[in-house]
Amino acid sequence: MWCLLRLADLTPSELGYRLGNGSLLIGISPFVVRIRSSIDAISEALGTMYRDFPINEPDEFADFHIEVAPGSRLRRWFRPQVNFHFDGIPSFQPLPANQAYPMLEWGLNWCIATHSHRFLLIHAAVIESGGKAAILPAPPGSGKSTLCAGLVSRGWRLLSDELTLIDMNTGVIHPMSRPINLKNASIEVIRGFQPDAVMTDPVADTKKGTVALMRPPSESVRRIAETARPAWIVFPTYTAGASTTLSPYSKAHTFIRVARESFNYDIHGRTGFEAVSRLIDTCACFEFCYSDLEDAAREFSRLSVAS
Amino acid sequence: MKAPELLVSALTRPESVAALLPSQWDLLIRQARRANVLSTLANVIESQALTDGVPTAPRHHLVAATAVARQQRQAVRWEVRCIQEALAATGVPVVLLKGAAYVMADLPTARGRMFSDVDIMVPRESISRIESALAMHGWTGGHHSNYDQRYYRRWMHEIPPMQHIRRGTVIDVHHAILPETARIKVNTKALWQAPDAVPGYDNLYVLQPTDMVLHSAAHLFHEGELHNGFRDLVDLDSLLRQFGSDDAFLGRLGPRAQELGLERPLYYALRYVQRILGTPVPHRILESIPAPGRPSLRAMDFCYLRALLPEHSSCTDRWSGLARSALYVRSHWIRMPFFLLLYHLTRKAVTPDQADRKEQ
Repeated sequence: MWCLLRLADLTPSELGYRLGNGSLLIGISPFVVRIRSSIDAISEALGTMYRDFPINEPDEFADFHIEVAPGSRLRRWFRPQVNFHFDGIPSFQPLPANQAYPMLEWGLNWCIATHSHRFLLIHAAVIESGGKAAILPAPPGSGKSTLCAGLVSRGWRLLSDELTLIDMNTGVIHPMSRPINLKNASIEVIRGFQPDAVMTDPVADTKKGTVALMRPPSESVRRIAETARPAWIVFPTYTAGASTTLSPYSKAHTFIRVARESFNYDIHGRTGFEAVSRLIDTCACFEFCYSDLEDAAREFSRLSVAS
Repeated sequence: MKAPELLVSALTRPESVAALLPSQWDLLIRQARRANVLSTLANVIESQALTDGVPTAPRHHLVAATAVARQQRQAVRWEVRCIQEALAATGVPVVLLKGAAYVMADLPTARGRMFSDVDIMVPRESISRIESALAMHGWTGGHHSNYDQRYYRRWMHEIPPMQHIRRGTVIDVHHAILPETARIKVNTKALWQAPDAVPGYDNLYVLQPTDMVLHSAAHLFHEGELHNGFRDLVDLDSLLRQFGSDDAFLGRLGPRAQELGLERPLYYALRYVQRILGTPVPHRILESIPAPGRPSLRAMDFCYLRALLPEHSSCTDRWSGLARSALYVRSHWIRMPFFLLLYHLTRKAVTPDQADRKEQ
């Protein structure tokens, strides 16, 4: 019987070996990513976070060739740094070595956001229930990742926490189900909310503050090939002490905000305008204010049932 | 197939991509992206109606690159319109160069091409007026040190690039096609004698076909950093194929090169476009241009046959680094007299770098 090989099927040393010689191809649907790294922390993080993801053969096509490598010469040992390479070219300023794994995730986000124009790309979390997707666009700091992690721990399927991929032709959302980025206070909040969530150790002093990544639920990864139709667009705002309020929001304003949160709206020109129009037409649009995750989960449950 | 030939084959014989394995597509996409010709490749494949036959995963990348190129081309047209509006009142003739010229002349060279800055050439005596007009319409001079300002204005052939405050687009204003200090003295006056007007625009021109090719050649063979060397060679190939069907063009190319003082760059352009891309160049043309001495030619072959390939790890050998460094030094050598070069390089080495850093 032919079985799809998953990352979990590799021993740590096999994983380290493939990673080290650049022959590790992970199927991170809808992409295939070839990853190279000699850094142990990367090997461990990938082994944990991507254990449910399939592995492709080294001679297959990969959409992105990425590497996280130690800094060169002096910066390999003294105040060690790491670099992110896209097909051999360093793409960003180096970061401290303890940020190696978050750097891989951010770098991969950049690769996808810069090149994947078969999709309309929105900076938004997106989750699914009953075949319908709720898009949560928000600038950083609005609490969307916390909300996303919370809802995913209460029955919603994770489609993506950062990059929403909308097919330009069909309008359906393609899941990516990668680890969820949590920042600062939300790390402890989610630990309390979902004690058996698997997370990396927090990494302090990054550009985004203290960050940790939460493994996507196995179920979400298992169903990664199932697309979903968008049904709701919800703009979340976390405000300490606020009561949970879901209020309808103007479609015109939703259009502007969604376009603003898109990475490639301008590249698509007219077809981008039409794609966003179709999206807004098919979705119920809301603003959402919350301070308590359980309450928020209940509100979203009601939303899902009501449709 | 050797790795560098993969991209050349795909561009010059697109039907050959039908036989590619997934691992070859993987390499081809990466080479094309690095060489800045991914959208050109996509266009070539599409023009032969072969896109549907490309496997799904690489096809997505071709389609994505096409979308970006299309948007950039539209952006160039808009930018040219904005520039023309800004400069109309001056009455100064403006010649569009390179990418913007290919777009406005509606050449096949423009299809699928990526663009960045807009380059224009104006008469030397009008530079200040042009600079003022641009400044009044929202272009700013950018953060250049006093030394950089002098470098550009006095010794090179352009004012420092100006960036538009709202659109963020960059315009390079030249008054010649090579620096004043360059060892080759270009007959700029002759260039101005016969540019082609851009239909529908006042005072806007592109170089006539022979001059477009010669400018492209001059630029490529004076350039020190050849990140876009392969792309520029592809441009040259496209221009030569486009214009080369006209015998009058072929007949005029050599004599015009002589008139402008650009025979040597033309020689190299024809030699390398033929060797690397297989561009059909009639023997008689190449033979009519004085060749450099054999030792010189051997040195140039050593360097350019490496440096004009895509700057990708799959297209290098152990001499590629040396070749590129040598050409970097050469480009400075031919751009300014020795003592000026010494002063310039010393100054650059000693002074802290004030230039713009690449934003993350």
